[in-house]
Amino acid sequence: MTDILMPALSPTMEEGTLAKWHVKTGDAVRSGDVIAEIETDKATMEVEAVDEGVIEAILVPEGTEEVKVNTPIARLGAAAGTGAAAPPPAPPIPPPSVPHVTPPAEATAPEPSHDAPTPPAATVTGRRTTVRDALRDAMAEEMRRDETVFLMGEEVGQYQGAYKVSRGLLEEFGARRVIDTPITEHGFAGLGVGAAMAGLKPIVEFMTFNFAMQAIDHIINSAAKTLYMSGGQITCPIVFRGPNGAAARVAAQHSQDYSAWYAQIPGLKVVAPYDAADAKGLLKAAIRDPNPVVFLEHEMLYGQEFDVPEDPDWTVPIGQALIRRPGRDVTLTAHSRMVGLALEAAEVLSKQGIEAEVVDLRTLRPLDRATIVESVKRTNRIVSVEEGWSPMGVGAEIVATVAAEAFDWLDAPPLRIAQADTPLPYAANLEALALPSVDRIVEAALKVCYR
Amino acid sequence: MARPAAGRKTRKAAAPAATDAGVSRDQLLAWYREMLLIRRFEERAGQLYGMGLIGGFCHLYIGQEAIAVGIQAVRKPGDQVITGYRDHGHMLVCGMDPREVMAELTGRAGGSSRGKGGSMHMFSTEAGFYGGHGIVGAQVSLGTGLALANSYRSNGAVSFTFFGDGAANQGQVYESFNMAELWSLPVVYVIENNQYAMGTSIERSSSETHLFRRGASFRIPGEEVDGMDVVAVRDAAARAAEHARSGQGPYILEMKTYRYRGHSMSDPAKYRTREEVEEVRRNRDPIDHVQELLSEKGWADEAALKAIDAEVRAIVADAAEFARISPEPDPSELFTDIYVEAGR
Ligand SMILES: Cc1ncc(C[n+]2csc(CCOP(=O)(O)OP(=O)(O)O)c2C)c(N)n1
Ligand SMILES: [Mg+2]
Repeated sequence: MTDILMPALSPTMEEGTLAKWHVKTGDAVRSGDVIAEIETDKATMEVEAVDEGVIEAILVPEGTEEVKVNTPIARLGAAAGTGAAAPPPAPPIPPPSVPHVTPPAEATAPEPSHDAPTPPAATVTGRRTTVRDALRDAMAEEMRRDETVFLMGEEVGQYQGAYKVSRGLLEEFGARRVIDTPITEHGFAGLGVGAAMAGLKPIVEFMTFNFAMQAIDHIINSAAKTLYMSGGQITCPIVFRGPNGAAARVAAQHSQDYSAWYAQIPGLKVVAPYDAADAKGLLKAAIRDPNPVVFLEHEMLYGQEFDVPEDPDWTVPIGQALIRRPGRDVTLTAHSRMVGLALEAAEVLSKQGIEAEVVDLRTLRPLDRATIVESVKRTNRIVSVEEGWSPMGVGAEIVATVAAEAFDWLDAPPLRIAQADTPLPYAANLEALALPSVDRIVEAALKVCYR
Repeated sequence: MARPAAGRKTRKAAAPAATDAGVSRDQLLAWYREMLLIRRFEERAGQLYGMGLIGGFCHLYIGQEAIAVGIQAVRKPGDQVITGYRDHGHMLVCGMDPREVMAELTGRAGGSSRGKGGSMHMFSTEAGFYGGHGIVGAQVSLGTGLALANSYRSNGAVSFTFFGDGAANQGQVYESFNMAELWSLPVVYVIENNQYAMGTSIERSSSETHLFRRGASFRIPGEEVDGMDVVAVRDAAARAAEHARSGQGPYILEMKTYRYRGHSMSDPAKYRTREEVEEVRRNRDPIDHVQELLSEKGWADEAALKAIDAEVRAIVADAAEFARISPEPDPSELFTDIYVEAGR
């Protein structure tokens, strides 16, 4: 004998109307037979028999309102002749409890801890290389090293890359591993993620990250979340890379900085290098990383030359900031192209007797909070610099971190330098007004130093 | 890439109503059992939902069983399956343990994703099942990517990529069709046309309602198939898989089917009549159909079918009990599986 219970139509439903019975006492029912209809103000549902048997009693007559969920509404007896015992009535089970978890103070994924007080060396020596070629070399070396690494994107092959980053790769690796795609960001990002789920290691190039907005669903919903949702089964070793942020005079739709967008997503790693050594070392690390990595480059840096170590195994670990210039008076944090501006600002400040410490974030997720906090503990002042907008931005996260972890060391309210809170204008004068500049950084640094 | 100019056709299935040719007694009985397992499993899931044990969204596969089962019949080791959120039936036929599927539905540690995915997000690399995706249409690009990986590795495997009539209107479906044909990727697109996307009938959403024609502008052949007839599904799947496996590229199968239950558990049920549902249940039910074939051929008497039913019921009861008593995930699980640790 089994009790048929008033079902819930939704997790929030507590009671409903038993609108109609389709069976009466004595009727034989089979699994799947509609036996009743119930209603709430939002929905109607047919109640189907799950077990076979004969209706022994209708416990709640039709038309009854406010029947509580899990109330027995009918009694089912064993089907005549089958003798099969219906499963015992399941006791009403309270819904699963909400576990009491105390999340860590910062409810984010664990990040590498840095107890080493000595910052990594800020200078490398090697061959003069442009950022563009450093990126290309990183891809070529990793493709030679690992047969499962391949590059796909618009114009990456025959055209040699819209910004010539993939120059020579088609010739060396062939069309199987350097794949020219149609202009279908949403689709090819999805294909890349699917191939990564099947164990390959795609590098998906976006002509610029502006166009990746069409693909962001796959970057976030498919690439970043599936490891978690699969209980650790499905991995997604993929790199999404391309230029990010403002080039020159290409106006609002072609100039957005997505740093803060991607850096918010658990499951993604987000890297934004400044010089060629980091571009190469971090891209190699990103390709080797078993997680999805968003790799933000900058068009304005592609042509700049820096020293790159000749070591063919040169990699830079993801998750470590770099102190590019030590200083005792004020901390300047920046990433990507803004590092160059911060360094210039530090020069200017130095002439005025202020020694700025420039922290190149390099990785935005996981963010190297320890290096930032330690720097502020030395300088007691901080100005964050980012190319994107400040509301809810990278600077907001840095200032919050400093407020939480170095409050007592601060001698001035932190300041944020960011793009003006407008779409980026085309006109040369307005564009210059909108973007961060050396002057604005210097001004902010002087302000936190009360000068 | 050389491509035959003619012979690429998009057609409606040729007349012979498939049923019969080359089905053995054992096959038919096995399909009957699988389809019944899905149905009983889903009915039980509906019941557990009603009892508050399953939360959130829960999309049942009742009525569509012949499709998952018929496609599975042509799957070879290494072939992948990927679908949307109406996924429980697919997982069962892929060979995932009913216990771990049901326990995922109840959000328990014994679930296939240890309770972190739920009804819409389940996976089994072992079973070649790549989800379980909650974003309508996403699985089409992902499934095409699985096929890209097969092609890259020349491993002879085919990706069976399932999606609904509603999903068929997503842009990324066509982006994927284009690349799949352009690069001759081994993917079979299985459109489960159950006539509705939530409450929107196909007529109200689609300018071309014959979805098997949707590949025409990409030169992808397509067929309409009676998705309520497991033999017809199997036969069409065999043609499609052969096409894809032999390097000729993608193939579209439009399965005409019907879902008996609401879109998910909470459904206003105002967009179609009870008579319409009743009509399909009475005259086109895929399980009744197999049952008729079995008795017509004298391959199974009532006692044999009853025995299968009892076996299936026992499996489902066991899965439900496991899902009920399996503990909730440990609180520490909140912070695991966000990143793969290096070296893994
Ligand atoms: C991108 C996106 N839009 C909307 C939804 C909400 N939604 C979930 S299922 C669904 C209907 C899909 O219908 P169909 O593709 O026919 O599949 P079926 O449910 O019939 O199996 C909608 C609109 C979603 N999950 N994802
Ligand atoms: Mg549908």
